[in-house]
Amino acid sequence: MAVTVNPERDAVATPIQRALREAFYAGAIALGLFVLFIGLRTDQNMSNELILVQRWGLLAGVVIATAVGRFLYVGFAQPAMQRAKEDKAKAPAVVAEAGFVRRNFTKIGIGALLLYPIVIVLLVGFQGSLKWVDNFGIQILIYVMLAWGLNIVVGLAGLLDLGYVAFYAVGAYAYALLGTHYGLSFWILLPAAGCMAAFWGVLLGFPVLRLRGDYLAIVTLAFGEIIRLVLINWREVTNGSAGISGIPKVSFFGLMSFNVSDPNYIAKVLGIAQSGAYYKIFLYYLILALCLLTAFVTIRLRRLPVGRAWEALREDEIACRSLGINTTTTKLTAFATGAMFGGFAGSFFAARQGFVSPESFVFLESAIILAIVVLGGMGSLVGIAIAALVMIGGTEILRELDFLKAVFGPDFTPELYRMLLFGMAMVIVMLWKPRGFVGSREPTAFLKERRAVSSSFTKEGHG
Amino acid sequence: MAGTTLLDIKGVQTYYGNIRALNGVDVTVNQGEIVALIGANGAGKSTLMMTIFGAPRARAGTITFAGTDITQLPTHEIARMRIAQSPEGRRIFPRMTVMENLQMGASLDNLKHYDEDVEKVFALFPRLKERISQRGGTLSGGEQQMLSIGRALMARPKLLLLDEPSLGLAPLIVKQIFDAIRELNRTQGLTVFLVEQNAFGALKLATRGYVMVNGNVTMSGTGKELLANPEVRAAYLEGGHH
Repeated sequence: MAVTVNPERDAVATPIQRALREAFYAGAIALGLFVLFIGLRTDQNMSNELILVQRWGLLAGVVIATAVGRFLYVGFAQPAMQRAKEDKAKAPAVVAEAGFVRRNFTKIGIGALLLYPIVIVLLVGFQGSLKWVDNFGIQILIYVMLAWGLNIVVGLAGLLDLGYVAFYAVGAYAYALLGTHYGLSFWILLPAAGCMAAFWGVLLGFPVLRLRGDYLAIVTLAFGEIIRLVLINWREVTNGSAGISGIPKVSFFGLMSFNVSDPNYIAKVLGIAQSGAYYKIFLYYLILALCLLTAFVTIRLRRLPVGRAWEALREDEIACRSLGINTTTTKLTAFATGAMFGGFAGSFFAARQGFVSPESFVFLESAIILAIVVLGGMGSLVGIAIAALVMIGGTEILRELDFLKAVFGPDFTPELYRMLLFGMAMVIVMLWKPRGFVGSREPTAFLKERRAVSSSFTKEGHG
Repeated sequence: MAGTTLLDIKGVQTYYGNIRALNGVDVTVNQGEIVALIGANGAGKSTLMMTIFGAPRARAGTITFAGTDITQLPTHEIARMRIAQSPEGRRIFPRMTVMENLQMGASLDNLKHYDEDVEKVFALFPRLKERISQRGGTLSGGEQQMLSIGRALMARPKLLLLDEPSLGLAPLIVKQIFDAIRELNRTQGLTVFLVEQNAFGALKLATRGYVMVNGNVTMSGTGKELLANPEVRAAYLEGGHH
């Protein structure tokens, strides 16, 4: 990392001297890089003429920030890390007993998720809870579910799928169309949407059976785009880019409704005040249940022959076949199962939004879901959930950071920087944890005692 | 003493694209035998091994196993006929533990005999038991070879195909592995078809042997005969092992 200009001189220089020098270089590089990007900006004036806006102050700020950052990193952070490394090497290798939180992480996590809406309502009341339950809770959980679904295809079976959003779209449109045209209930259409998505998963699976790696990725990418383009252009059915609105809400298993006008509206039945928050809280628990179902199925499948075959397929296809595993059905079941969960998530999404349009199913969505799977550590459910929390929660929090407007001016819209955040998070995670947040793979077979194999034992970047 | 014919390879030709790798190979493996196929690099030994497994398929000739023509069967169905393989390069599952690798070997019977068979494998290769929850990829070369053979044995094969089990291993480990193969053959009557570059070790182990040159079988005979044959000695043994 460090740009060592002259090793002999480095040997005698103190860290501070070195830091000063490197800070100067970093500042100079930043100046060279940003003088045109930041220092000058093209704009239009009132009469639509192109003008140059000069922003030397901002440029100076960026350059100084870079130089100071480099100075602090080389002068203080690097020596500190070096010392920590040496201390660690000196200290005898002790296998730390996992703490209480670590051991019961899953239970604590699920408990926290169950309590989350209650805590929010207690803290900010029903009206204030809308944003926290909907934008944060439901939004993140949808991505958790999608990423867990994709994890079956990518993380377990090792089939790189860049068009996963297509199954999400199939599920969403299945619910939207059948719900609006035939008035069928969510509880009938949820499994129907899952089946339909699984069917499309198999349909995609057949032509790509012989493909692997990059070739597979390209074909799945194309598949995702085809579905989206069909949704845009098949106007008679899908209403094109305008999308479908008025999608019916989910009912409480048909017992209570969340429509104010219905006779069995929840507030009337229970005799409480009207609020939109009930529906959101109900949706929150619904998606949480769907997520847990996905996790449960994934965990169970991993212990069944088909799940073991998926993982073996990821490791070595030829060895798989010579052990008598039918790789065709193995791949198709992986595609179908992953797609099914995508379909579930899609129909939930349609019910939550009340509106679907092809715009929700662009390639970027596939990329985000895949990024979450990779960042989380392929195959690890907990890691993926953390990654979804960080990535989706992080981008949602950007919307909340109004104080940034005070720093960067009133035109500053932090949401526009979410992709930058995504990129930065990817780079940072890949630098520090190249196998994702949870890089170790939990074995499924045990003799007597359970022993997780740490990722440090395995070669990095493999698989 | 040789029993009935188990594997019968007749006039097999295999191509990679337009390049012919096997020019009509005839090999027979009888029940209860250890048969060794020796030859130099690129002679087509591994190609024959893979052709038995249908990947690539033979373009001419027939392969019969226990009376059934398996020439055109897909690989996984050939495996279901109880032919198991420790393939070239071992091909264990690197991120899966030793135990999971062995489980994969027992997929055919859906783990019905798993507990019983895994003990047999550990009796044969005690080293694997010590490594049971370690990842396959972190094992040494010799241990990986043991795992590869062990995984093949978990399928309860009638015929075990071994592709260069001694490749890249220390002499002591090679001896251990060859001893294990002999042991399997003697105590369980397992039929073994072995491809080797280590001609001396393989022929000493084998009931019968074949010599392959440029996609043709040029010589065959009992292991002892081939070991004594001056041509074989000149081509494969002199200057190598003593």
